[in-house]
Amino acid sequence: MKDDTSIYQNFNVLGIDVGGTFTDLIYVDKENNTIEFAKVPTSPENQAFGVMDAINKAKLKLNHVKLIVHGTTTTTNALLERKLSKTGMITTKGFKDVIELGRRTRPNSYGMHGKFVPIISRDLRFEVNERVDASGDVITVLDEIEVKKTAEELLKLGCESVVIHFLHSYANNNHELRAFEIISDFWPNNYITMGHSLLSENREYERGVTASINASVQPILEKYLRKLENELSIAKYKNELLVMNGNGGTISSRMVVNEAAKTVMSGPASGVIAAAHTGKSSGINNLITYDMGGTSTDVALIIGNQPSVSSDLEVEYGMPVHVPMVDVRTVGAGGGSVAKLNLAGLLEVGPESVGSVPGPICYGLGGTVPTISDANLLLGRLNISKIISDINRVSVDDIKNIFHNKLSKDLFMDEIKTAEAVIKIANTKMAGAIRMVSISLGVDPRDFTLFAFGGAGPLHASSLAKELGIPKVLIPARPGITNALGCVVADLRQDFTKTLNLPIDNLNIQNLHSLFNDQEKKGIELIKKQGLELTNISSSFSIDMQFIGQTHILRIDLPNSYPDLEYLQKSFEKSYLNRFKVKLSEIKANIVNVNTTVQGHKVPFDISLLNNKLDKLLNLNDALLEYRKVYFKDKFLNTPIYSRDRMPFEFEIKGPAIIEQMDTTTLIEPEDRVYGDNLGNMFIEVGDL
Amino acid sequence: MTIDKITLSVIQAGLQQVCDEMDLSFSRAAFSPVISEANDRSDGIYAADNGDLIAQGIGGLPVFVGTMEYSTRELIRLINEGKVDQPEEKDIYIVNDPYLGGTHLMDVRFVKPYFRKGKIFCWLSNTGHWPDIGGSVPGGFSASATAVEQEGLRLPPVKLFKKGKLDNEIYSIICSNIRVADQRIGDVKAQEAALLVGEERLDFLLDKYGDEVVQKSISLLRQTSSNQMKSFIQEIPNGIYKSSAWVDSDGVVNEPLEIKLAITKKNEELEFDFSGSSRPCKGPMNSVLATTLSSVYLAMRHIFPEVPINGGAFIPLKVKRPINTFLDAHYPRPVSGCAAEVSQRIAEAVFIALVEVLPTRVAAAPAGTSGNFALGGFNEKLNSDFVMYQLSGGGYGGNSDHDGLANGCSTIGISKAPPVEIMEQKFPVLYHHYALHEGSGGAGKHRGGFGLDYKLEILCENAQASFVMDHGRYGPQGAMGGMDGQVNIVNVEQSNKVYTPVHLSKEQDIQLTKGDTVHVKTPGGGGYGFPYERNETLVLKDVKEKKYSIKEANELFGVSINENNLEINRKETKLLRQNKKII
Repeated sequence: MKDDTSIYQNFNVLGIDVGGTFTDLIYVDKENNTIEFAKVPTSPENQAFGVMDAINKAKLKLNHVKLIVHGTTTTTNALLERKLSKTGMITTKGFKDVIELGRRTRPNSYGMHGKFVPIISRDLRFEVNERVDASGDVITVLDEIEVKKTAEELLKLGCESVVIHFLHSYANNNHELRAFEIISDFWPNNYITMGHSLLSENREYERGVTASINASVQPILEKYLRKLENELSIAKYKNELLVMNGNGGTISSRMVVNEAAKTVMSGPASGVIAAAHTGKSSGINNLITYDMGGTSTDVALIIGNQPSVSSDLEVEYGMPVHVPMVDVRTVGAGGGSVAKLNLAGLLEVGPESVGSVPGPICYGLGGTVPTISDANLLLGRLNISKIISDINRVSVDDIKNIFHNKLSKDLFMDEIKTAEAVIKIANTKMAGAIRMVSISLGVDPRDFTLFAFGGAGPLHASSLAKELGIPKVLIPARPGITNALGCVVADLRQDFTKTLNLPIDNLNIQNLHSLFNDQEKKGIELIKKQGLELTNISSSFSIDMQFIGQTHILRIDLPNSYPDLEYLQKSFEKSYLNRFKVKLSEIKANIVNVNTTVQGHKVPFDISLLNNKLDKLLNLNDALLEYRKVYFKDKFLNTPIYSRDRMPFEFEIKGPAIIEQMDTTTLIEPEDRVYGDNLGNMFIEVGDL
Repeated sequence: MTIDKITLSVIQAGLQQVCDEMDLSFSRAAFSPVISEANDRSDGIYAADNGDLIAQGIGGLPVFVGTMEYSTRELIRLINEGKVDQPEEKDIYIVNDPYLGGTHLMDVRFVKPYFRKGKIFCWLSNTGHWPDIGGSVPGGFSASATAVEQEGLRLPPVKLFKKGKLDNEIYSIICSNIRVADQRIGDVKAQEAALLVGEERLDFLLDKYGDEVVQKSISLLRQTSSNQMKSFIQEIPNGIYKSSAWVDSDGVVNEPLEIKLAITKKNEELEFDFSGSSRPCKGPMNSVLATTLSSVYLAMRHIFPEVPINGGAFIPLKVKRPINTFLDAHYPRPVSGCAAEVSQRIAEAVFIALVEVLPTRVAAAPAGTSGNFALGGFNEKLNSDFVMYQLSGGGYGGNSDHDGLANGCSTIGISKAPPVEIMEQKFPVLYHHYALHEGSGGAGKHRGGFGLDYKLEILCENAQASFVMDHGRYGPQGAMGGMDGQVNIVNVEQSNKVYTPVHLSKEQDIQLTKGDTVHVKTPGGGGYGFPYERNETLVLKDVKEKKYSIKEANELFGVSINENNLEINRKETKLLRQNKKII
């Protein structure tokens, strides 16, 4: 680790995260030691309106704000809805179809239906004479005149951005650089993406798609940010705007557009960053994050306070975005997941969802199919009076009737039992998915703490933990605005990866050391360029390795940037044994990628600030709202309902109990114990493991 | 004991989870890319007494959907007949004999008895595709073998692990008979490890719910799967549905092999009758019964993917044993083409027979070949022997909702093809192009997807090329008025002479030298619906993207496009389309 200490300074920071349904805001006022929250509906057409709404709702004076950190789904939505800007592509002769052909796949193992639309259509993809081989040697020299003519043609066709994607550019990028130079001379903007520039790896499809996505969302992101900056400046904001990236770090809004593809998966990343920070503050290093929302659930792993990061993710079928991103996996189960009987008469939950409109029956917006939320309501776990308002005209009996007609009568059980079954099946499914995520990353979920957030996470966390054999659940102070918290706590971050693909015996160790040093230098430079006040800059180094002949890679974290060969070989063998329980001392190792991450750390955020200390009462009993009948395993129990805002920091309760707060409800089952810490977190120790 | 439906659902999910975790562990730990990357493997749980399929991993290769059930049954039979040693705790049997419930010899199965309280509760089994199993061709895909002995090492069921310990004697016999044997231990350990993971997870499930509850649930789940399949079958009116599909040749005798299928729907069942299909063949395009059954099952699963995989789902699917045809091969008929090629033709026959009665469920025929091009030789640059495979996709059939996918994976597989950049890194080849096979999609209201068109140059002094592909003679069939997709084309260019294999899609050991090129165009999918009903704008879009020529737009789709401004000539198009309708 290298430290570059700057001056420590207190400042007021505003985090705003735009999600699918809501835009969340957290404002930390260090001068007055206060904190503000707001939650407003997202404005899908131009997310800036929702952002300004949230700022207005929180009654903030922006001239007091020192820093704004923003998470946006502008590029995600543009990509998923294919509202992309017109983009052209220039490729090596013979290879313009690479991004349409893909890797010989289909969307599902079973079923011969399936659609795929390439990011750039074939009439906007052109070839030029040039060719480099796998060793990086030039076979055909770049035809520079052809490059110029082709780019001019693309302009004529109305392209706003352009991708230069040549074969083997990870091994030799000179042709891409030269083509870039030629085109830059007359291209009217900066939207020129080279294939090797985002991630220099040896897979032409993945690299090409990543570059195409980058180019085709650049103008969209830029327009959005300029609009937002304009709105902010009208509101008298004069300081820096940072944007969240999918790697869980932030970057200046002046620089983010260059690598716009990195923002595509930033939404779920910020929640994971907040979880890592909360865990670290509470002394918990290994977490499984479990974010259950209305339609789906996001799962991620944090090992040793570091969110697991991957450069190998797909946004959807055939749509790889190969830039370093927090490895968040999505499971098709959320509060709005539909419960139904299949043709064999068995109960199924999800992946179908009612979405936010009409939503579950209990929302009273016209929903007529049973969902997970409705089941929770029938079991007394959700507060009826909180959800069903006078306008809704939906009663518990209405919900019961629908359950009866659609499920219970054919299952030969009453509606309550049915509701319990819906929850049980949903939990089994989610637990299975979480197990698959952890196994694929080579860890045992029982060694982790479950970090539950999102609107529905804390309601299911305890039974999920039991299903997974996880002993402890962490519920943060504000589960419903974890993503906005992620914006506040995230550091500046730059990741670099270079593919080497060399047998370890052929590696020149000096080259490796200087590669690390170059990557680090570049990272520090980029971070300093953003001119933010930081406590320090740190770097971490890793190597991806595999046995020769294999395709899986294993990441080896290094203690410094100057490891020796023996250390590399030994740590690889050790990690391999740990992960796969197999020893293969006969076979030699290969160095695949060389990675450096440089982070500029902001002043650590004190998470106890998330609690409104004035509301907190000294006596737990004063936070008791009422008793309600809640169903647990075969019977309704008279269950105390607490207000989380009013509970003291440190307390201890035995289950059953329900703890309500503005943005979520936490369920404590009869065999559990729950306690609070001095930061405002709650921990459930699950019983009956 | 009665078991409520909720417990049943939960146990169903639990059994599925056990298999999925086995699949994942196998792939994660496997050494060979064919397993670790291409997922050419499968894991499942089978009934103690008769080997019935209890559950199978969702990520397994489709062609294995019925084969392990068959092979576990055969193992149980041989044990009962005293021909194979009795199972003891921690034993693992190895078997790859195709006639005992297999595919080709490269698919090696491990079978492990799972004990509870001293008794066998069920069997765990997995299949992994080994990169080599000996025989005359590296990798095992022979195009011209005439007996199974030429295809590689054939293993009857023997205990590779005895009471948990690897039998080094058996293992060394295996290693002496296969190529690149030194890397095999990584796969063997992964294959074993997956079964151990299955055992551990099954222990957990049984401890939680009790052996009796799980046992009872298994038989109930079999019933529910069967019921589910039956209710889907009810969508089909009673009647007989016929089709034919053709394999180009067996690789030895240059005549097409016909798969003749008549499906009889009666009440809740479908009967599949292949009688009248071609007789057993001389070359390696024979199918063993297990593969024939599996091909029918996987085709039905492509049609009804909602039905969970267990033995119950197969109950309503009655396959008449196709005796005396090439779909029921016996020793010593060569079979190396059955898993990759014949299986896909069987699936095509099923699709084509049912597409008219299930028009939204079934698509027109897909390319349906694994597109196997193998190149072996000596790489002077790396100073070592090499064996390279280029597997390629092809177009999928159009369907009632949309056009077919381009360069889709084989019907029986889910494996990705390696990137060109990695192929060029590892092997002495240089690709000239890797592109869409223009014009290959069968015309239709929803056209077929396009095949692949690639050409590569040999960079080493000497190499041998082999091809095991199909659909070189007839293209994948169109449906509901759609046209067939374009055929598979192989051309080898040697010093300015173009050579086309006599069998079009199959040939073994073509000698090549530096500078020679191999040019392959894979099939496009069949079209769906009448081509002249295709939306004119979509036809124009394809022309603008040069996927079809202006001439093809005119002749195939009845759309007239002005060459100068690339606009549709409405008047002429109307005329064209009217005239086409009369035909």
